[in-house]
Amino acid sequence: MSDQENAYWRANIRLMLSLLFVWFVVSFGCGILFLDFLNQFQLFGFKLGFWFSQQGSIFVFVCLIFIYTWRMNHLDKVFGVEESDNESPQTGAADSIDGES
Amino acid sequence: MDAQVLTYIFVGLSFSLYIGIAIWSRSASTQEFYVAGGHVHPVANGAATAADWMSAASFLSMAGIIAFEGADGARYLMGWTGGYVLLALLLAPYLRKFAKFTVPDFVGDRYYSSTARLVAVVCVIFISFTYVAGQMRGVGVVFSRFLEVDINSGVVIGMAIVFFYAVLGGMKGITYTQVAQYCVLIFAYMVPAIYISIALTNNPFPMFGLGSEMIEGGYLLEKLDGLSAELGMTAFTSGTKSTIDMFFITAALMAGTAGLPHVIVRFFTVPSVKDARISAGYALIFIALLYTTAPAVAAFARINLIDHIDGMNYAQAPDWFTKWEDSGLIAWFDKNDDGVVQYRGGSAMKPTAPSFIDSEGGSGQRAVSNMPTKNENELYIDRDIIVLAHPEIAQLPNWVIALVAAGGLAAALSTAAGLLLVISTAVSHDLMKKTFRPNITERQELFYARVAAAVAIGIAGLFGIYPPGFVAQVVAFAFGLAAASFFPVILLGIFSKRMNKEAAIAGMITGLTFTFCYIAYFKFVSPETNNAMHWWFGISPEGIGTLGMLMNFAVSAVVMRLTPPPPAEIQQLVANIRVPGRASNLN
Repeated sequence: MSDQENAYWRANIRLMLSLLFVWFVVSFGCGILFLDFLNQFQLFGFKLGFWFSQQGSIFVFVCLIFIYTWRMNHLDKVFGVEESDNESPQTGAADSIDGES
Repeated sequence: MDAQVLTYIFVGLSFSLYIGIAIWSRSASTQEFYVAGGHVHPVANGAATAADWMSAASFLSMAGIIAFEGADGARYLMGWTGGYVLLALLLAPYLRKFAKFTVPDFVGDRYYSSTARLVAVVCVIFISFTYVAGQMRGVGVVFSRFLEVDINSGVVIGMAIVFFYAVLGGMKGITYTQVAQYCVLIFAYMVPAIYISIALTNNPFPMFGLGSEMIEGGYLLEKLDGLSAELGMTAFTSGTKSTIDMFFITAALMAGTAGLPHVIVRFFTVPSVKDARISAGYALIFIALLYTTAPAVAAFARINLIDHIDGMNYAQAPDWFTKWEDSGLIAWFDKNDDGVVQYRGGSAMKPTAPSFIDSEGGSGQRAVSNMPTKNENELYIDRDIIVLAHPEIAQLPNWVIALVAAGGLAAALSTAAGLLLVISTAVSHDLMKKTFRPNITERQELFYARVAAAVAIGIAGLFGIYPPGFVAQVVAFAFGLAAASFFPVILLGIFSKRMNKEAAIAGMITGLTFTFCYIAYFKFVSPETNNAMHWWFGISPEGIGTLGMLMNFAVSAVVMRLTPPPPAEIQQLVANIRVPGRASNLN
């Protein structure tokens, strides 16, 4: 891989790890490990820990994927590694039908 | 119109829609049959993934489980959605860049080994059949209760429909029918939930209605916890499982979700890496709509059950109650012979599931041969009927009841079709084309794919007609095995260039053997010791896949350092899948 591509990969890993950190905190952290502690707080009619484990974590999951998509598309552009429109990535797959791999 | 006629109309309409789509989207090439030609729009793929993923278990069983277990149900809610974050960030874009057809394709090519490919094929087939068996039971339950045909004819009708669009249309047919099925199932799930949410809390959004005040005052969840305490049930907002078990089960479900082949393969169908990323986001939005509503449905159902059933005179029992009793999914044991149903905490009889005998109790109820338990509870309710029965319990209009039946069928059929396609692809592509008969033409391969799909449907149908007693037990296998085998192997294949064939095979075999033996021991060999006293570290068989996965990672890490690195062209392959714009045929 070129230096450019290595830098892209490192930026990707950094982004991924920070998003996975949030993923871990809302689900395993708020929803399981700190469930009882958070349950002493109230969010509308919910106990807070209960809300995280039944709904809150899911809302955060959705946000995480969209943030990832948005940031990755941005990184693709910055590092100039976007897919070009004329190159169809499926050609690789189509070739292999004829026994080439 | 009466509910049964409406159900026939709704189910008939939805089935003709699926057949229509199948005829419109026939597959002509293997590429269309396996990955819909790679031209599926990301939103359509998101909807198809959601329908593919949300099975009879999500639609019919999950809210029922939460209604009875309360807070413990969170393991399914988080586990079956959190897996999509792993899928989107760690697997989907790279597998799309890899641009082949199946999960064994990736394993076989990345690890330059037909042994690894074969292990993967066996896992794919085992996991998928395990799963299909459960879907067919779902189809049977809906048919027998709502259309009053026997379960067998119900299964045969379901098979015929799936046969039609899966064999003709392949992935292309399945994708577009799944989009339609998603619309049917989400509509069917939301409409009764919205009705009931408005009736109880005046909030038209059921997911928020759960946290709202009830019309007669007081927060809904507080009232429910109070009612539950009065009746000796566990409070809805607290659970009974240990923290470590919840942690491990949730992790196993997440990693298992990300490693399930019928979900992964959906990301081969979109046009680009960019589309694969966003498509996972759409899929999760579509799934979250149902999953955030499920706990609301569960809480509403528990309130309505207590309100309508506890203290009811059996002589005045509503129609739905006796119908479900006839189906054997509700049983009432009048312990104090007062003719009044007492709904309390604990199970009403030993063993928990009723075995009916051919006579009537004092009030005309179906008598059982079970022994009564010491507690006051007199009622057995099968968890799987909550979603189906709730609209009737809440006295919603007949068309809503009919809609729910059509939705349950859509959920079961869409998942069954996705799984059957994965099985047929594994046979025609990975076994025939890539392993045993590499010289077959594309036309022959397509023919094998159709034959394999037809045979797989036949076997799935047999599972529905003669349901193996172990269906419920083996679902733990599907997730545990996917978590302990595919997830680590694919992850390391992308994120470690040093990862080689030896490490992958050793890791998969360790993870699989350990997980398989642990589950088999507690489910089949020694089921009487299946409790927290005997589990390792207090981890139940449901959650053991996480430990299997950690073992797989550990073994792989050690073995890859002791064996030679993979060949240069494999390292090149890894470099290629990491960078979206890099031409894919460099090797």
